[in-house]
Amino acid sequence: MPKKIWKSAMAIVALAVSGAITPAIASAESSIVIGLQQEPTSLDPTSDATASIDGMLAQNVYESLTTVNQAGEVLPQLAESWTVSDDGLNYTFTLVKGATYHDGTAFDAQDVVFSFDRAMAEDSVNPSKGLFKSIESVSAVDSGTVEIKLSKKDAFFLFNMAQGDASIVASESYETNNATPVGTGPFKYDSWTRGDKLVLAKNANHRNAGSVALDRVEFKFISDAAAASAALLSEEIDAFPGFPAPELLPQFEADPRFNVVVGSTEGEVILAMNNSKPPFNDVRVRRAINHAFDRDEIIDGAMYGQAVPIGSFYPPHGPAYVDLTSTYPHDTEQAKALFEEAGVAGSTMTLRVPPFPYATRSAEIIQAQLAEAGIDAKVENVEWGFWIDEIYKKQNYDMTIIAHTSPNDLGNFARGPKYFYGYDDADYNDLWNRISSEVDPEARNALLQEAQQYLTGQAVHGFLFQLPQLGVYKTGVDGFWPSRAVLFQPLAGVTMN
Amino acid sequence: MTRLPVNLMIGAVLVGLVVATAALSLVWTPYDHTLLNIRDKFAPASPVHWLGTDQLGRDVFSQLMAAARNSVAVALTAVFIGGSIGVSLGLLASAIGGLVEDIVMRLADISFAFPALLFAIMLAAVFGPSLTVAVVAIAFINIPVFARVARASANQIWTREYVFAARAAGMGRFAITRDHVLPNIAAPVIVQATIEFAIAILAEAALSYLGLGAQPPAPSWGRMLSEAQTLMYLAPQLAIYPGLCIVVAVLGFSLLGDGLRDVTDPRLVRER
Repeated sequence: MPKKIWKSAMAIVALAVSGAITPAIASAESSIVIGLQQEPTSLDPTSDATASIDGMLAQNVYESLTTVNQAGEVLPQLAESWTVSDDGLNYTFTLVKGATYHDGTAFDAQDVVFSFDRAMAEDSVNPSKGLFKSIESVSAVDSGTVEIKLSKKDAFFLFNMAQGDASIVASESYETNNATPVGTGPFKYDSWTRGDKLVLAKNANHRNAGSVALDRVEFKFISDAAAASAALLSEEIDAFPGFPAPELLPQFEADPRFNVVVGSTEGEVILAMNNSKPPFNDVRVRRAINHAFDRDEIIDGAMYGQAVPIGSFYPPHGPAYVDLTSTYPHDTEQAKALFEEAGVAGSTMTLRVPPFPYATRSAEIIQAQLAEAGIDAKVENVEWGFWIDEIYKKQNYDMTIIAHTSPNDLGNFARGPKYFYGYDDADYNDLWNRISSEVDPEARNALLQEAQQYLTGQAVHGFLFQLPQLGVYKTGVDGFWPSRAVLFQPLAGVTMN
Repeated sequence: MTRLPVNLMIGAVLVGLVVATAALSLVWTPYDHTLLNIRDKFAPASPVHWLGTDQLGRDVFSQLMAAARNSVAVALTAVFIGGSIGVSLGLLASAIGGLVEDIVMRLADISFAFPALLFAIMLAAVFGPSLTVAVVAIAFINIPVFARVARASANQIWTREYVFAARAAGMGRFAITRDHVLPNIAAPVIVQATIEFAIAILAEAALSYLGLGAQPPAPSWGRMLSEAQTLMYLAPQLAIYPGLCIVVAVLGFSLLGDGLRDVTDPRLVRER
């Protein structure tokens, strides 16, 4: 028996040593492995809300009429230029020539009309239908020109058209995009091994193929923070743009093989409450919960201090930000009094959290803080597919914790009672209408501030912190955006040395 | 039997330590194990916090104590349930024999071949992860183990003269099982149960480590271990303490089981 143990111990040591000295597979072609926390259940950004679909595929496999750079400025993409009528209601887009889909079919104005009609249809499955709300009609002038008429001015129109939700898909392939995406972008879909990885290959026929450095892109799905760190340390992956474990950053900073880049995302992390369900339809309960949690403790404990607190649903780096973090100071007594007043003191609530460290860790702390205020919060850790189905689609929850990484998403609160917030407020809907049709930046920022104040006053959710973008990259990897104004990350500009 | 074997004594001491800690935690821990104090996180061991604090500023010693209670409770319940069902099935198979015995034992073989972890994941998917899921999964893997032990031991008893005598006197199969078979297979069953405790404690830790067992804030050695995993660089002690606790508990029950086996009838044990 001891001999056997010794033998297996030797085998383990041998295995460990061989693993350590085997160099990362080097190849002549430029290939990158990117770590990603969230594996989607579909690959179609025009029908599923999962942020990582856009993160991997928007502007890489799929393209939109416009695109956005790191600073959030709108640039041409499938539309090489456009003109806007004086009244701001008519957009005429001139499309690029020679673009083709990855399956060989040609791209023309009909594809644009098809994509928009599909997104705007009554029974549309688009996760961001609001982006298309201001559009009255889309028509093809000729095969290379599209005219879009708006029913009212839309300040965000060109920016919105850059998003993955507005990807231009083909009528021949849209039905299978959820598993085998077909677009016009600089990378084409190669394979998807569920639970493991998604592989893209360079599209040699793309109009800008000459300036694309990467031949192959592999997204590796690793949701566990410890596994993510191990994969980086063993050089199995080259880049982890959304690294989940802030406590491990000092380790990577001290290691000359890696660069650590801390930036910001558009992701507001919220303690979402189901406003349509008692007792969360009572503003006193929502305010009590806002008094019960301690934002600084959450950021310190869950994010190791690597996050900026928010008091409403707007990123602190945005131009219209107003600091509302002190509206509901942490006050357990006040929270208890409000719970008492609303008749829910000592009750039980569930907190269903998706499998992301920022969420599960915050949940544990919030649970303890609610317990101090006399509320027994049951934490349920659920899988991402379950979260999308039960919470996002069916509103089957009390409270959850989620980062909203879409840009300019104050419109979420105007999405009506069927959106998972369960929030329906005519005054706010009206306010959002005014915001989206206001084209003067200063007047718009003033309205955006009003919206933040309104939502905080209503304590629609608990607003926790802005999700940081913690990037860990192997030395020599270049071109990733340190901060993002949008969900996507164009890989055409990424290089490896 | 002049003196007790060493393994029995070491095992008894370790088990006694774990059980006493678990019992003590019912009435006293240095701190409330769920109490957060984030500003005081990663505190080193000191007279205030004997083993320091974790990433959320909770007292590690209190958590380990409370986790011992969970571990022992889960192991006890699971082994008791699995053992009761398993022993009953084994006795039934042995008493009736024939087709019933074949069916029971083949079912035991099948459930033996079914991976316990897969079963736990399945349960967690249907009912949501919880300590109950851990108990049910561990109880389930114990059923065939006890069924086999009970049947093998009982089959021998059935060939003894006193059983023949009882049958000749007109005693029924179930009465014989109750009065003669069960008392005589108690020793191997108890030995097996002690060893299964060790396995159950390890299984609970594994399930909680994977997130299928104890849910926060319920303390568990396995969950403490998994939470400490990304903290190895910052605070390696947070992984070492729960790891040591698991070692002590598992080693204790294993040695106790081995020792009990040595002092009970060795013939029964060899033939099993």
